[in-house]
Amino acid sequence: MTTIRIDGREWPTRPGINLLQACLEAGANLPYFCWHPELGSVGACRQCAVRQFSGPDDRTGRLVMACMTPVSDGAIIAIEDAQARAFREGVIEWMMVNHPHDCPVCEEGGECHLQDMTVMTGHNQRRYRFTKRTHRNQDLGPFVKHEMNRCIACYRCVRFYRDYAGGDDLAAFASHDSVYFGRAEDGALQNAFSGNLVEICPTGVFTDKPFSAVYTRKWDLRGAPSVCVHCAVGCNIIVNAREESVRRVVNRYNAAVNRYMLCDRGRFGHGFVNADSRIRMPMRSIDGHPAPVPTRDAVTQFARMAADGPVVGIASPRASMETCFSLRALVGEARFSTGQTQVEQACGQLACTLLRQHPGVIPSLHEMESADGVLVLGEDVCATAPRLGLSLRQSVRQPTFSMADAAKVPRWMDAAVRTIGCDAPSGLFILTPAPTDLDPVAAQCFRAVPDNIARIGFAIAHRIDPSTPAVTDLTDEQVRLVEHVAATLLAAKKPLVVSGMQYGSPALMRAAAAIASALARTIPASGLSLVLPECNSMGLALLGGAYA
Amino acid sequence: MSHAERPLTAMIDPVAGPPDCAAYERAGGWQATRTALRTLAPAEVVDIVTRSRLRGRGGAGFGTGQKWSFVPREPASERCKYLIANADEMEPGTFKDRWLMEGNPLQLVEGMLLAAYAIQAGHGIIFLRGEYHLARTRLHDAIAQARHGGWLGQDILGSGFSFDIHVHVSAGRYICGEETALLTALEGRRATPRSKPPFPQTGGLWGAPSVVNNVETLSNLPHIIANGPEWFAGLGIGPDGGTKIYGVSGRVRRPGAWELPIGTPLREIIEEHAGGMQPGYGLRALLPGGASTAFVDDTALDMAMDYASVEKAGSRLGTGMAIILDDRTCPVGMLRNLEHFFAQESCGWCTPCRDGLPWVERLLDAIEAGTGMAEDIDQLDRHARMLGTPGHTFCAHAPGAMAPLASGLKLFARDFADHIAGRGCPLRHAA
Repeated sequence: MTTIRIDGREWPTRPGINLLQACLEAGANLPYFCWHPELGSVGACRQCAVRQFSGPDDRTGRLVMACMTPVSDGAIIAIEDAQARAFREGVIEWMMVNHPHDCPVCEEGGECHLQDMTVMTGHNQRRYRFTKRTHRNQDLGPFVKHEMNRCIACYRCVRFYRDYAGGDDLAAFASHDSVYFGRAEDGALQNAFSGNLVEICPTGVFTDKPFSAVYTRKWDLRGAPSVCVHCAVGCNIIVNAREESVRRVVNRYNAAVNRYMLCDRGRFGHGFVNADSRIRMPMRSIDGHPAPVPTRDAVTQFARMAADGPVVGIASPRASMETCFSLRALVGEARFSTGQTQVEQACGQLACTLLRQHPGVIPSLHEMESADGVLVLGEDVCATAPRLGLSLRQSVRQPTFSMADAAKVPRWMDAAVRTIGCDAPSGLFILTPAPTDLDPVAAQCFRAVPDNIARIGFAIAHRIDPSTPAVTDLTDEQVRLVEHVAATLLAAKKPLVVSGMQYGSPALMRAAAAIASALARTIPASGLSLVLPECNSMGLALLGGAYA
Repeated sequence: MSHAERPLTAMIDPVAGPPDCAAYERAGGWQATRTALRTLAPAEVVDIVTRSRLRGRGGAGFGTGQKWSFVPREPASERCKYLIANADEMEPGTFKDRWLMEGNPLQLVEGMLLAAYAIQAGHGIIFLRGEYHLARTRLHDAIAQARHGGWLGQDILGSGFSFDIHVHVSAGRYICGEETALLTALEGRRATPRSKPPFPQTGGLWGAPSVVNNVETLSNLPHIIANGPEWFAGLGIGPDGGTKIYGVSGRVRRPGAWELPIGTPLREIIEEHAGGMQPGYGLRALLPGGASTAFVDDTALDMAMDYASVEKAGSRLGTGMAIILDDRTCPVGMLRNLEHFFAQESCGWCTPCRDGLPWVERLLDAIEAGTGMAEDIDQLDRHARMLGTPGHTFCAHAPGAMAPLASGLKLFARDFADHIAGRGCPLRHAA
């Protein structure tokens, strides 16, 4: 049991975290900016200063940054110390030297971390009387708006965009108080997770541009918890609406799936909800043209059609279980189509079977982040399950974390961990027909057609478990690849095989499952993940039905 | 190697130029290398340097042998390690490393070789200030000559130890003189400092064990190894060992730099070597070791210029190159100039330095220009405390910037008051 003393009171806490986390978990009002639960601590903003005492007899203590100080049993700190409070208020005052007093016209207002921290420190009098530095903004594309004057230089944006998400077209430029966060030139942000800047930025530098067009204050929005429909991962979201029109989508924390990040398709892809072309009433084909029909009339006409002869119901892998089930109940199993092609249907059902049969673990996205040997077999996850791709990007840091553990540097001490691990090897292998966004962090990439990737997959399975069928006629290069991959996966504590339906190849998925099963014989934590195309592909596979 | 009392500068001839490899050897060069690589184990070299009481000459004054002792002990053939010369001399008032590199670059090369042997680093890098064009050319020549003579490269002197040096020319920011920012700049990233741990000795350049030493520090090593640590320790007056390059700039008769026993009294440096103040000028105050040291006034003239004595007087030895404020130059103007430099050179990583130093600069601008207010002194005082206390900012840049300010607010309180009451600089009005 680890205990610390905050302002004279004992608090139980967890070992291995930093003092800022401990204070926040204790419910203390300790302000911060640059620390982020997913990005760790860097100690840049200096906002979380507390006074730490070396022991009960130490009357002076010294100011430390809570985010950079590991929790130790018996640690004694004061948040409400007068000098610490004055320093924290001073940090806000320094940020306010250049901060435009934009609140009335700034879209962040009402859900602004800087507002919250400013009020928390009590700073409210401007003593700086000179000019503010200003910047020119950039056009960063259709999704993210740029207002650099508001920047408090917490560096979260570039740490997320470059270090976490692997982007390279957003960077910090210049230095001292003219430091600038943007692109080398105006242009759309290229990374598929750029939208998270909107939530990660603690001020209004990066805001939701499509939301701007239909802007309303947060307190005028209604929100509903929901699940993203754009792929099969199922990231949790909140949909915000006002006056019956959807305005925006924001992240909803789910510890197992998406945690703090969404992909841009999920965040900005809600345009279909309000699209003019969306079918809002039943439609009937009259003289070859679709015509709207009032719902009551449609029901009557449908009943007549059903009385006259058989009716076929065509569902969709993007429709909910309730909708698909109701349709099947209405038209009968024999006349129910899932709305998928034959290939999609077969692959979906195969995926379901393979996952059920896997003797190891079916990991969540968060569990995938700690896989220390990963084989991506024939699926461009960055295209078909982007948030899963982002988790795999984090998985390559496992050797780095081991090195940091050995050097006794806490994993949340972000910059130090990255320094220690900058030469660490990657345990990720990508075997796909075409290049993927994950290629730069892979140990090895291999390009081949899906059938050959499947063959190599079966060869890997055989190399791991010789009782499975052997594969002949591999090239020398392929044999070396098989060796390398098999060795890495066998040496891992939590190996993971990822495949999917992108190329409509049952062989690819069978090969992936074979490798995962082979690994699970000796490594119980071996994982298998199969990516399906649509949000309810798995539901339809479970439901069953004829194909279109 | 000559037993001259001024070993660092003995071979420097401004007319003839730097000694080539043959001249360097004739004057005693490479003898230390033979001694070390043929007769001493790396750990013995570390011990010798520790006993010599050599302390870092870049400004921090950390024991050199002690710094090396934290490096993991594997031989260079088994583990990648780096020995880096900090030649990014940018402290205002400081030009000693330039003198050494332009005057005797082979001395630095040999010093690096000895340090690398001690810590068993196979890779050497000189991080050179970009503006030092002549030093760059001369260092390149010296390295080429050393390679040609077999002093750099594979299996030096058949010892099994291999070492070579790469000169990296910096793009030019003061913060690169901070050793962790220097490492980060070498990695091709933004030059912001690092938090410690890991310390560079265990996790430095690209995570590998690295030692960063100042040019003057390294230049002492051939002499220490050749003549012994007791000889070196004996060159100094007082607790520190060796000689020191001292310098004086400002309104003295002979601004310049001189190699003297470390611990030489300040008065001797200013009055004898620099020739005292120019006619018509009096000494008002001085920064003993560069811009980021605290002002001392004429009551400190008899202090010994060693690390402990200057600290006792309320300042720091720093680089040992003094900047003199005469009695006809406005101290507020001088402080304004200094803080302008520090504000501009802030890397922009942490809030108090990035946003506080420009505020300090503008307050001083206003006071000097005649628009200062009484509250401005309180603001300056507050910044001196907030930015000057260790641990408040991410690195030592802001505390360095506050050293002249905090001491200046005390020493020149009257001048500040006169500027505010009189709406401007009395000296400018007088002229």
